[in-house]
Amino acid sequence: MTDTQSASAASPASSGFDNDNVQAATIGDSAREYVARLRGGDMGSLPAILGLVFLFIVFASLNDKFLTTYNMANLVVQAGSICVMAMGIVFVLLLGEIDLSAGVAGGASATITALVLIDYDLNWALATLAGVAVGALIGLVIGSLVSYLGIPSFVVTLAFFLALQAVPLKLIGSGGSLRFNDPVLRGLSIKNVPVTAGWIAAIVIVAAFAALSLWQYRSLSSKGLVHQPLGLVVLRIVVLGVIVLGLVALLNANRSPNPNFLEIRGVPWVLPVVIGLLLFWTFVLTKTRFGRHLYAVGGNAEAARRAGINVQRIRIAAFVICSSMAALSGLLLASYVGKVSPGSGGGNVLLYAVGAAVIGGTSLFGGRGRAIDAVIGGAVIATIPNGLGLLNQASYINFLVTGGVLLLAASVDAISRRRRSSAGV
Amino acid sequence: MEPLLELRGVNKSFGVVHVLHDVDFAVYPGQVTALVGDNGAGKSTLVKIIAGIYGRDSGEYRFDGKQVEVHGPRDVAALGVEVVYQDLALCDNLDIVQNMFLGREETSTFGLDEVAMETRARETLSSLSVRTVKSVRQSVASLSGGQRQTVAIAKAVLWNSKVVLLDEPTAALGVAQTRQVLDLVRRLADRGLGVVLISHNMTDVFEVADRITALYLGRVAADVPVKDVNHSQVVELITAGRSGDLGISENPATATV
Repeated sequence: MTDTQSASAASPASSGFDNDNVQAATIGDSAREYVARLRGGDMGSLPAILGLVFLFIVFASLNDKFLTTYNMANLVVQAGSICVMAMGIVFVLLLGEIDLSAGVAGGASATITALVLIDYDLNWALATLAGVAVGALIGLVIGSLVSYLGIPSFVVTLAFFLALQAVPLKLIGSGGSLRFNDPVLRGLSIKNVPVTAGWIAAIVIVAAFAALSLWQYRSLSSKGLVHQPLGLVVLRIVVLGVIVLGLVALLNANRSPNPNFLEIRGVPWVLPVVIGLLLFWTFVLTKTRFGRHLYAVGGNAEAARRAGINVQRIRIAAFVICSSMAALSGLLLASYVGKVSPGSGGGNVLLYAVGAAVIGGTSLFGGRGRAIDAVIGGAVIATIPNGLGLLNQASYINFLVTGGVLLLAASVDAISRRRRSSAGV
Repeated sequence: MEPLLELRGVNKSFGVVHVLHDVDFAVYPGQVTALVGDNGAGKSTLVKIIAGIYGRDSGEYRFDGKQVEVHGPRDVAALGVEVVYQDLALCDNLDIVQNMFLGREETSTFGLDEVAMETRARETLSSLSVRTVKSVRQSVASLSGGQRQTVAIAKAVLWNSKVVLLDEPTAALGVAQTRQVLDLVRRLADRGLGVVLISHNMTDVFEVADRITALYLGRVAADVPVKDVNHSQVVELITAGRSGDLGISENPATATV
């Protein structure tokens, strides 16, 4: 979204509009402009990436198991449900709202899916649909209350956070749990994509990204519109290629703790699910009217209303998307632990997701955020309990660290927002 | 000359407060009509009725000589009437092109058509001789007050509007920026648009307006060509509702309000 801007760094205000056909002609200009944006408080995902590097260095130096491919694959699976919920949270944060009930909405939806699987023996697709429908319904009610009655989303979703915990408790019973062993749904966490298919998918993704980027570069530059320098376009493709192919190479290696007896290879199925959702929501946010209107409502709801945008409907849609994604996230969590219990989705599940979105660069004040933020932030957040778990820390440490990280991310967001408004980036 | 946009006998109340009394208002093509009046005279209410944000209690809304039904901002926009608000109504987090097309984005098979939108935005800005923005992909947050006003006006022009209403366009601007905006206002009228300028600033009004409509306590005190009045007469119309043989004959303050 923001990447399409590439105003030349320091041209005087008097310079003619007609002169800006060639935008940021060199990589050097782009780099200078990026630094200017950072200084102006537009940090994007940079804090998250630095945080991830920092956490990896700390945990790798404290425990030699952390960097093993086995643990890395584990980390991918753990991050999956966090990323998915955080992607949903991004939508409500974009509007400057919050959904405190997303975690328990995921728990309630997973309960329904598990019950449908056990009691009615439906296939996994229908059961998933039932769970997501429950999520969508929850979002519809929350969104309507926020939008039409004007109750602050904080209060509505706090009420739902409390009330929705009743659903699994009533349906499962205190102390009980439902098995979650459907081969497909459980398989998302414990089964892997065949090695060859993983490679093919990775190459297709990189090639498609390269083709799209270059095609966009050509069509923009040939019409004299604002575009990024070719060097930067190529750099992006190379970086994406290295990340995607590197990750697949890592996950396709045999990661069995006893390589002689057992072979575990391949990308866990949850990763393609997350990537599919990421691509879908990125398209929705950047390439559709609905996405544009979401940003507009988050930036200035009154301006959006005057432009003829149905602000109430946009708001409801955001809550529906958030709760539906929470339902998917609840399924992934159930898939990871193999059961649904009355406590599913409670605890710090929501805190993780909000933390992930904010750390990734989505603003709590609305109007700024991307789907990729949720994935990058989700990787950071998932690393914390993963690494601390390996260090055999008491669980209170985990709560302290996660809470601290969330607070840190919110502070970065607030400070950068202040800098932005003074720098006008 | 036939008015492009015309309101006839419009009344509007908010609860017990009767804000507009039988207001007649006309906008002519190629002319700048200044809408003046003191705070609380009903200027903003009238603008919001024209914009379709408020409904009317009674009265006709006529466009191009025909009576039309308007039920919201979309209907008004469809007629070709655009309003540029005092607080500008731009989204700071979007860039100039995105703001200009907000609510009316162009799409192709693959989603939003950024190429078409940026091209048209550029054409519009150049046709208005706007030379003050650095890049059309700049976020609006980084623009000065005058530039924001320019973008808001250009947004109105982009849609081949026939009538543009400008609510206090120079209120927050410095001298040079006011100059740019007034030039732009004049260029709009010269292109044949009907322009409504709502302003407190008599210097601005006398500089660009062709007609003046003065509101006093929710009534039209006068609707006259600029050349027929002078500065002090307009001030009297605004503050007292009458000036010599111009204006409201009875004292409306004691009449119905």
